Amino acid sequence: MTEMRMRDAIREAMREEMLRDERVFLMGEDIGAYGGSYACTRGLLDEFGPERVRDTPISESGIVGAGVGAALAGFIPMVEIMTINFSLVALDQIVNNASKLHYMSGGQVNVPLVLRMASGGGSQLGATHSHSLEGMFAHFPGLTVVCPSFPGDAKGLLKRSFREPNPVVFIEHTALYGTRGEVPDDTDHLVEFGQARTVRSGKDVTLVGYSGSVHQCYRAADMLAAEHGLTADVIDLRTIRPLDMSSVIRSVQRTNRAVVVEDDWKFGGFAGEIAAQIMERAFDWLDAPVARVAGKDVPMPYNRNLEYAALPSEEDVVEAVLAML
Amino acid sequence: MSVGQAIPTTVGEPPDGDLQQQFLYEMLLIRRFEEKCAEMYTRGKIRGFLHLYSGEEACAVGAINALRADDKIVTHYRDHGHALARGIEPNRIMAELFARTGGTNEGRGGSMHIFDVDRNFLGGYAIVAGHMPIATGLGLAANLSHEDWATLCIFGDGGVGEGEFHEALNLAAIWKLPVVWFCENNGYGMGVPFDDSLANDVYKIAAAYQMPSVRIDGMDALEVYSATQLALAHVREGHGPYFIEALTYRYRGHSMADPELYRTKAEIEEYRKRDAIQRLKRSMIADGLLDETTYQALVARVDAEVDEAVAYADASPEPGLHTLYDHITKEYEGESG
Ligand SMILES: Cc1ncc(C[n+]2csc(CCOP(=O)(O)OP(=O)(O)O)c2C)c(N)n1
Ligand SMILES: [Mg+2]
Repeated sequence: MTEMRMRDAIREAMREEMLRDERVFLMGEDIGAYGGSYACTRGLLDEFGPERVRDTPISESGIVGAGVGAALAGFIPMVEIMTINFSLVALDQIVNNASKLHYMSGGQVNVPLVLRMASGGGSQLGATHSHSLEGMFAHFPGLTVVCPSFPGDAKGLLKRSFREPNPVVFIEHTALYGTRGEVPDDTDHLVEFGQARTVRSGKDVTLVGYSGSVHQCYRAADMLAAEHGLTADVIDLRTIRPLDMSSVIRSVQRTNRAVVVEDDWKFGGFAGEIAAQIMERAFDWLDAPVARVAGKDVPMPYNRNLEYAALPSEEDVVEAVLAML
Repeated sequence: MSVGQAIPTTVGEPPDGDLQQQFLYEMLLIRRFEEKCAEMYTRGKIRGFLHLYSGEEACAVGAINALRADDKIVTHYRDHGHALARGIEPNRIMAELFARTGGTNEGRGGSMHIFDVDRNFLGGYAIVAGHMPIATGLGLAANLSHEDWATLCIFGDGGVGEGEFHEALNLAAIWKLPVVWFCENNGYGMGVPFDDSLANDVYKIAAAYQMPSVRIDGMDALEVYSATQLALAHVREGHGPYFIEALTYRYRGHSMADPELYRTKAEIEEYRKRDAIQRLKRSMIADGLLDETTYQALVARVDAEVDEAVAYADASPEPGLHTLYDHITKEYEGESG
């Protein structure tokens, strides 16, 4: 194990996969000379050269589509979309092409494409630059959606993404790039998709999160223990498609309460999907309705206080737990 | 016509008599196939959107016959003609239109999404211009693997107004990718005449991306063939992409749902006088490459093949409901590939 930051774990994963498999190449806006807008690709241009670490013009649809085309021809491209906000410009390629070509062709072609993008608010970037759209991508059959919360998982999941014969949307929370954690040194360490991880165990409530919200759940669990004598299971989903509901259900069957936490808007959001599945599969075990703690239903404001109010916080999680006792 | 550089639009000797006869046969097959599709649509055998290619046959036949087997094709939703010209069996195409297991895509794709990976026919795409960045990526793959196969990307004049057209051409140009862009300008995007949609001629817009760009007669299979050969030679030699605008015309409505309020019967009749099939037939007869008996034999052959395609499609079973979830994702076997 080596302690490293999230962004370094991500870079190591790409590096190792490029060394392992010649078919892997990277392209994106400013991933080369600039080193990536979140510095995840720093140094890779020098190591692998401009053919395999390709700077592109600002053409999200064009480069994602080019990734699909190269994948159809046997390569394993990683396309970095600077932030998830700009993926909206490339949705046609992601949704109409990448996610469906295997199905629509009757299984004749497949698209081993990794799309990395940075997500999340909290940096006072205003409404166009603060989206959390993980749940939107999870909506589409044919896509795998990975949302790591810790550097070790990020590395294992990203390496696993490069082995996947189908398109993977790999979403990194901007607030986590600088966080540190233990990362396995083994270059064959992969984290399988569809396997949630219980990052903390308790008996009074199940807190479910992915990406940044796992850390809110974790801090909320600390507060519940210190201030209210309550213990919580904290479940990190790690991938939201495929979704490991079994781990969530098993936990709820012990704790009889659940709070689902995400940055995305509550209305029509992914937390609603989890709440519905808990209801469908564990209704008789519930002592209270499943609660959702999520983003407020507004475009993200620029003002710091307003932005804080718009995003879910650990205090909100604690409040939701206390309300269901 | 050409812009960008002083380039001829056609090259070399015309194809020999056998190849010309093959062109004639393929054009007749496409025409007959499409007319049969219209009939099968009216009879409820084919459902969904159905866009017929009648009138535009010279584009598919001329361009696709210039390709090698290892060259790749991506095209738009008006794709039956391209699939037939690539040699995909009429039986399997018709079965796909009938949504049967014997179809090219096992009934998952339909008219607008024909795939045949064995023939490097990498799809019909139904989002206007949505396949153009894919062609760029295929070109990138050819360059990265240092191989000299090319990609032919076929699309309509309507695609030129889309952002993906411009992104795809620009990327292909800056990275010098072996892609032949082939615009079938049939005068309309649904009911809108192309000169109401675009600020400049298609081939001039493409030329702005610093690639050779030519406008050719898309109702002349021989001209399309030689122009595409020239384009392929250019891209294979590593000079980057090449653009062809082929002027053509569709005899039928945009799709079977089109009431055709935007054009006159007289206009259609005008174009029918320039019909690509009749034109090739006349020139072959004039050159002593064809006689009426042989022509009639070709007609009888395509009639029989299309009837056989309908019979095959009709006999092919529908996919079972238990297969609904097949092919959503490819199975992970520990390695990507
Ligand atoms: C992005 C997108 N917008 C609109 C449509 C609906 N549509 C389908 S075909 C078509 C016209 C396209 O015309 P053109 O590219 O000239 O091809 P043609 O049908 O003439 O062969 C339109 C508007 C679509 N399929 N995709
Ligand atoms: Mg058109």
